[in-house]
Amino acid sequence: MTTFAIVVFPGSNCDHDAYHAIKHVLGEDARFVWHKETSLSGADAVILPGGFSHGDYLRTGAIARFSPVMAAVTRFAAGGGPVLGICNGFQILLECGLLPGAMLRNRDLKFHCEFVGLRVERTDTPFTALATAGQVLRMPIAHGEGNYYAPPETMAALEDEGRVVFRYATAAGEPTELANPNGALHNVAGICNPARNVVGLMPHPERACEAAVGSTDGLVLFTSVVQELSERGELQAIQAGAAPGARERVAL
Amino acid sequence: MGHHNMKARVFVTLKPSVFDPQGNTIAQALQSLGYGTVADVRQGKYFELDLDVSTAGEAQRLASEVAEKVLANPVIESFRIET
Repeated sequence: MTTFAIVVFPGSNCDHDAYHAIKHVLGEDARFVWHKETSLSGADAVILPGGFSHGDYLRTGAIARFSPVMAAVTRFAAGGGPVLGICNGFQILLECGLLPGAMLRNRDLKFHCEFVGLRVERTDTPFTALATAGQVLRMPIAHGEGNYYAPPETMAALEDEGRVVFRYATAAGEPTELANPNGALHNVAGICNPARNVVGLMPHPERACEAAVGSTDGLVLFTSVVQELSERGELQAIQAGAAPGARERVAL
Repeated sequence: MGHHNMKARVFVTLKPSVFDPQGNTIAQALQSLGYGTVADVRQGKYFELDLDVSTAGEAQRLASEVAEKVLANPVIESFRIET
């Protein structure tokens, strides 16, 4: 059983969607972790969910990054633990520096709430291991500030190092201007850190896990990390120092 | 407690290289209102800090620190302080 910690900030509003997807659709374990907590209590993976943490005041994610739990998330990430930032969670990862770049207002100043095509660029992250490179996933977006920006040298490094994980694309997989809902540089919808265990994306995989809501394409992110963790065994829980007794379980 | 007698004004603006969709929209609105000589608009943020410090030097140092750490995002923004 994989345990996901879903961090709850004041203003998070996709925390329950993520919980539902993991607990009820996937059948894995999910726990809410309030942003004032200083520990992730032995979680195997961390989700920073979507929403409007702290009302998006100042800048999206700018205040949430100082929440006590973020020190634990940073330690968890440094130990190789898989961290997924969805929408506002991605914005928080950018503000706290776990991922590079920043979000600008959507180029048309509109809040976009719609399904988009998302081309999988990389399958060498824990959240895309079961996807196919070039596959186009259909997932919803819901944001006003998803216009990804990074200085030219940072953007070049992301491309060179293969750290663009998802790109907005047509159903046929073409990353066109028309398929880009917000003006993001290079159609960037999601990126990862150099160690590839921290992934952030603007679209909502947790809202695309059941046919009843229009798509099941988001499931692959969660099934990927579950498989990745079971392959790693409990190794990464030991690295994070988060699970007393983990060593004994490995021995079994 | 404290002196509470210094103010610092922090102006946060997008770096020139960063696209400003809000500023653009405002410029277009002004132009369509007949202000054709308004060539461009860049939108920014303004913060007024009341500081419990007693010298302009301390106010400047404190305002710089919080601007750098919190008020501005150095990836896309720069700031200017007046005390």
